[in-house]
Amino acid sequence: MGKPSDLVQGTLDLLILKTILLEPKHGWAIAKRIQQISNEVLQVQQGSLYPALHRLEQQGWIRAKWSETDAGRRAKFYSLTPAGRAQLEREKKSWSRLSTAINLVVEGV
Amino acid sequence: MRILARFRLTILALFRRQAETARLNEELQFHLDQQVTENIARGLSPEEARMAAMRLFGNQSLVRDQARSTWSWNWLEKFLRNIRYGTRILWRSPGFALVSILVMALGIGATTSLFTIVRAVLLKPLPFVESDKLVAVYEHFRESTDGDGFNVVAPADFRDWRQQTDGFQDMAAWRNYGFDLTGAHDELPEVVEAAGGSSNLLSVLGVKPVLGRAFAPEEDRPDANHVVMLTWSLFQRRFSGDASVLGTQIHLDATAYTVVGVLPDSFTYPDPHVQLWVPYGQTFTPEAYAMHDSHMSHVVARLRPGISAAVATKQVSVLQYQLHLANPSKPVAEDAVSRPLIDDVVLDVKTPLIVLFCAVGCMLLIACLNVSNLLVARGASRRKEVAVRGALGGSRLTLICEQMTESLLICIAGGTLGLLLSVLLTHWLASHWRDLPRAESIHVDGIVLAFSIFLAVFAAMLAGLLPAVSSTGKGVFAALQESSRSIGGSASRSALRKTMLTVEISLTVILLVSAGLLFKSFLHLRTADLGCVTDHVLTIKYGLPEKQYDTREKVIAFHESLLERVRRLPAVSAAALVSTPPGGGYEGDDVFTIPGRPSTHFNLQYDAIYRTIDPEYFSVMQIPLISGRFFTGHERLTNDHYVIVSKKFASQFFPGDNPVGRRINVAWDRKPEDYEILGVVGDTLYDVTQPVKATMYFPILSGIPDQTSGSTIVVRTAGDPRVVSVPIQRQVALLDPTLPVYDVLTMEQILGKSIASQSFSATLVLAFAGLSLLLAGVGLYGVLSYLVTQRVAEIGIRIALGAQRSEVLRIVLLDGLRPVFVGLLVGLAGGAAAGALIRSILYGTSPLDPLVLAAIVACLLLTAILACAVPAIRASRIEPMQALRME
Repeated sequence: MGKPSDLVQGTLDLLILKTILLEPKHGWAIAKRIQQISNEVLQVQQGSLYPALHRLEQQGWIRAKWSETDAGRRAKFYSLTPAGRAQLEREKKSWSRLSTAINLVVEGV
Repeated sequence: MRILARFRLTILALFRRQAETARLNEELQFHLDQQVTENIARGLSPEEARMAAMRLFGNQSLVRDQARSTWSWNWLEKFLRNIRYGTRILWRSPGFALVSILVMALGIGATTSLFTIVRAVLLKPLPFVESDKLVAVYEHFRESTDGDGFNVVAPADFRDWRQQTDGFQDMAAWRNYGFDLTGAHDELPEVVEAAGGSSNLLSVLGVKPVLGRAFAPEEDRPDANHVVMLTWSLFQRRFSGDASVLGTQIHLDATAYTVVGVLPDSFTYPDPHVQLWVPYGQTFTPEAYAMHDSHMSHVVARLRPGISAAVATKQVSVLQYQLHLANPSKPVAEDAVSRPLIDDVVLDVKTPLIVLFCAVGCMLLIACLNVSNLLVARGASRRKEVAVRGALGGSRLTLICEQMTESLLICIAGGTLGLLLSVLLTHWLASHWRDLPRAESIHVDGIVLAFSIFLAVFAAMLAGLLPAVSSTGKGVFAALQESSRSIGGSASRSALRKTMLTVEISLTVILLVSAGLLFKSFLHLRTADLGCVTDHVLTIKYGLPEKQYDTREKVIAFHESLLERVRRLPAVSAAALVSTPPGGGYEGDDVFTIPGRPSTHFNLQYDAIYRTIDPEYFSVMQIPLISGRFFTGHERLTNDHYVIVSKKFASQFFPGDNPVGRRINVAWDRKPEDYEILGVVGDTLYDVTQPVKATMYFPILSGIPDQTSGSTIVVRTAGDPRVVSVPIQRQVALLDPTLPVYDVLTMEQILGKSIASQSFSATLVLAFAGLSLLLAGVGLYGVLSYLVTQRVAEIGIRIALGAQRSEVLRIVLLDGLRPVFVGLLVGLAGGAAAGALIRSILYGTSPLDPLVLAAIVACLLLTAILACAVPAIRASRIEPMQALRME
């Protein structure tokens, strides 16, 4: 197994917020989902995921709730708060600005 | 909404931390289990699946810590952990902890106390409106070498200044005055210290009476109606705060004065001894009020906005020079000078206070260095632990914080204890420091509290930072490499410790030098020869009111009958009268001329202090007769133109000549007249801290009211002189029941009173220096013991290879004594500088007193050798086999 690509600095928050936009997910599912959607390119390390989740929770962007999984185990499900939705929009905008800018530099001349 | 959610989490993080941590673990465990499930689904065996999942997951506790570190209150958690850790470490060596805490408590407590006093006395503004605009104005004689050049002001000078200059917004004057206070009815008489204040004094200071009114300008004249203002303390004490005393009359020196006002509680200017105020002008006769050469008043002026003190004083000075020219034959000063009123009030205590403050500061510094030194030693024994933790990823900041916590704990415990100590110490100092100005404003408040907290934190930084930084420094790898067979300690570390030790010893020497000088000067005063007998002598003062005792006959009758009655008392072996006993103060001086000699410029005018005595005074006080004779009962009433002079008088004004039979012309009884010198007697000191001054003695039996009505009866007894005080007071009451006595003191008490403040500061500084010496000794012992422990193996090898034990002893001793010698040299240089700074409060002691310096060098070396000897002897007794096996 090769070394997973490093996440671009500061984009983890955006990925997490986006991943739980539609339905609440637990940490494991969030990591899996990001991995699947990105065709196994983005691998979120636990060492980054959980501190990020807790930080987002402390900031009030996401809310945690303990409930049962399909398999009947208790797990901590994270969902977006209204403030988190607004934050997601901001992060998306700033990401598209950043990626456009990087594209311009990389593709240009 | 978001705020609420965050608040909830904050609260949870603070109060449900345990539960939250359990949930975090559960969350991570869930993640791991999911991974295991997935791995099993891929076809791995359960055991393999678990191992693979754990591999992927990495360091679980690290993830947990990182997640936790995003929670709020993280700093608090860290801090509490450090505290717990620090407490545990301190608990493990309670001796070290206790000593350090006590040392810090002492340092912080003493420094806080002195800060409280310095702030209240020197720094707080005086309790007057815009008190920074107030200055004290004095006269200045250009050729005078006595005193500090600030000469009290003559009443006529003050009046001219006020009328003819406008540089100051206003100028007011006051002078000390004393009264016998008796009630209109039969209340007990008492002597009160009073002051005469010009009618504008209160308005210049910006103070309003709490009851009644201030003096009116027309009352401020020698011949005006008698009025009086009471201070709050007298109003409460003698009149039980009854406002109906306003408008009634009280009797001062048997004269009726109408009470017009009561001063506020906060008004204790110029000092708390002053009990009541009368108008300035009423404390003079009309002639005295018009004199330019009777210097006895203090002048307070308020600056005009926009005009500096220098400019306004210059204007007064110009006028004063004209007054000087207009009175060519009289001692009228040429210049006027001024200084801020606050400086004027705290003049006598400023230097001693600053010296004491510096002394406690030094002591605190030494205490910090000592704790720091001990911490370095302990840091060294934990060096490997720290290095390993650093290598495992402990950040340096964390490690430093952890070690700082230890010193912070010591300093906080020490600071708390010190604050309690300082409350007691401050109270004790303020109540035992005789004549400390503004003592009433000293109390512990928020600022003092803040200061002591600052001090504790500062001390913690000072004591902890150096050891913490040095033990977590770049030497981490070196520490790990240092094998268990390392020989000798780390050179840089012992260098650091030796430097700290050198600084500690230098500071101690500086303190010791200052203390030694102050103590020697105190001893000098203590053993000063007043020039008369001082044991078994009691003195009692009384003053005959001039209104009742208005003729020479009445005055003499009282003095003589009192003497006769007292001499008949069984315990009394001898009794005499003198206006002011030796050591009892200046009393007053007069200028005189010598007939037949050309009159001199007033600055070179002859001047001597005066006393009035009865014929037996010199023999009772055992003041020797040098030539001529004493007074007899014949020099009485108007046959009084005789004077006896002191040895200093004779040598100063009649050098190489016998003055007996010569005449001096002096205005003793109002106008200048000739007085014949009958005899020359030995010198006495009017104040032990002052040099001898030429003295002339006039006969008390002249009975001139005013000049001879105040007197002190001096009594010699075979036994304890205090037992005769009540019988003598009873005799006074039998002669005149309205006459109070005051200042009932033995000669020893008079002496003690005048050197009380010297004794006080000398004792305190000596105590601080002694403690510092002890601390330095402990520090030296600690460092050397540590160095020896570090070198056990080395010494073992040396001995095994044949080194003599005496040689080992010498090496270790020298090692310990080297910083002592360096510190001693630096300290002596610093001590010389400190001695020069405190020169003004030294009496009869040079700042480079060889005896003091020698004593200090000996004292320090002895302490150092004692402190070094134990570890050195221990080193020389090391058994090589044991030492080499010990590793």
